[in-house]
Amino acid sequence: MKITEEMVDYIALLSRLKPDAEEKVQMTAELEKIVSYMDVLNILDTDGVEPLSHVFPIRNVMRSDEVSSSFPREELLKNAPSRDDEAFLAPKAVEG
Amino acid sequence: MTWETVIGLETHVELATKTKIFCSCTTEFGGAPNTHCCPVCTGMPGTLPVLNEKVLEFAVKAGIALNGEITRHCKFDRKNYFYPDLPKAYQVSQLYLPIVRNGKVPIRTESGTEKVIRIHELHMEEDAGKLVHDPWLDQTKCDYNRCGVPLIEIVTEPDFRTSKEVIAYLEKLKSTLQYLGVSDCKMQEGSLRCDVNLSVRPAGSTQLGTRTEMKNLSSFKAIARAIAYESRRQIELIEEGKKVLQETRRWDENKDATFAMRSKEDAQDYRYFPEPDIPPLVISAEYLDDVRRRQPEMAEEKMVRYQQEYDLPVYDAQMLTEQKALADFFESCVTLGAEAKQSANWIMGQVLGQLSAKAMEAKNMKLTPSTLVTLISMVKEGRLNRNTAVKVFEDVFDTDEDVEEYVKVHGLAQINDPTALAAAVEKVFAANSQSVTDYRSGKEKAYGFLVGQVMREMKGRADPQAVNEAVRDKLSG
Ligand SMILES: [Zn+2]
Repeated sequence: MKITEEMVDYIALLSRLKPDAEEKVQMTAELEKIVSYMDVLNILDTDGVEPLSHVFPIRNVMRSDEVSSSFPREELLKNAPSRDDEAFLAPKAVEG
Repeated sequence: MTWETVIGLETHVELATKTKIFCSCTTEFGGAPNTHCCPVCTGMPGTLPVLNEKVLEFAVKAGIALNGEITRHCKFDRKNYFYPDLPKAYQVSQLYLPIVRNGKVPIRTESGTEKVIRIHELHMEEDAGKLVHDPWLDQTKCDYNRCGVPLIEIVTEPDFRTSKEVIAYLEKLKSTLQYLGVSDCKMQEGSLRCDVNLSVRPAGSTQLGTRTEMKNLSSFKAIARAIAYESRRQIELIEEGKKVLQETRRWDENKDATFAMRSKEDAQDYRYFPEPDIPPLVISAEYLDDVRRRQPEMAEEKMVRYQQEYDLPVYDAQMLTEQKALADFFESCVTLGAEAKQSANWIMGQVLGQLSAKAMEAKNMKLTPSTLVTLISMVKEGRLNRNTAVKVFEDVFDTDEDVEEYVKVHGLAQINDPTALAAAVEKVFAANSQSVTDYRSGKEKAYGFLVGQVMREMKGRADPQAVNEAVRDKLSG
């Protein structure tokens, strides 16, 4: 499959990346390589093979509904790039 | 041209679990910002989410009650989008194999006929955090206390044609989920939220028009008004030769109108893929049987039982079972020894009367069954006349005061003293000889007047039956 410049722009937009012209060229080539690898997989006959939903043969991993204490807020906020006393801060995202 | 409105609903319901869907943080409402959080629900790298077994159980319970098919091999998927209400930049949800498909919810339409609303699917997912814009900082504050609270999203087919049908469905859904105990469905606290997908088309057409999605509908009233506004807006656009744009619109309660929202993503491309952190679920026949066996008695079953066991009319049985809290109240009254039909009459008359006058739901009422039972037995034992009992009921409805005490303090007990009654009759007859003459000359109305006067003389505390008899005896004597 051919990766076009529009496709790279679209993926960059969804990923919130702003590649420059040079990086775009590089990404186009890399993405094309990745996608063409899928062609290798397509050689296999997968008719009648159940889609794999998980790589490990485990299922039904659950916990009981019991409350345990939450994490200290100060610890949680430690790694935040922007914060105040009680909350994470993000660039304006709410209308109004 | 006549137009038809076509509506589908997406309803998010917060599950009444103690803990979040993938971590053991509490789901309790409120709390200082970011105090009900841990590395899992704030999306710290390297953490491993583990599913709360109660979430699966509640989703299956709801699926069974909504007559759906349970997906026996089921899994979670990631819905990717960048918005600060989700610290992970994805929401764990279900796209490919939702836990429930093809449900059916029968509703009663305005004309009294039954209509079946088809449920496309019901899936499990996590709630997002709360964002508050701080105008001083010009930044958005993120509170992740709600992040990871378990939700089920119930998606209907576009089967509604009027807002009345939508409300009837939501009432039914709410009642069902409350009966199951899987959610408290409090719209004000956001534990039941509804998005309305709406399009219009010429009546008789089988093709769907372009739809808009309306958000921010926080009451049944808002839903009804938003539907009316949005169908009118779309019809006007089309009649002016313009096009309806497929977009998300926000309902503004104060302006009574919908407004286009700036979209979260420039493109609604969520790039779903299977969630690798949560192993798939395989639901066994034993598990399903077990959940089925533990399903509580639902409204329809109670309705049948009330008619058989308590000999109540259909109407009573239906009124009593519409809200689970009301049915529980009724059953407690009966257990406490009150007669079923008496209890039903008081609940349908006085309890529902007070609830509707106060715009309250039965589950928030303070009055306890034992208070009503005491009141009923005081009337039955002739210690309180019925009119006074109704007044006492209204006075203690908000406080649930001790009625025996209340009646004593306010001197409301029924006067069963025949001497006092005879004296009152004497006095009234002496003072109203004209009415006595009127009655004897055939004016029936005078009888009621005399009874009223005697009751008044007794300060409303006499036994109405005794007053009737005393007046009749005196007139014929
Ligand atoms: Zn947590």
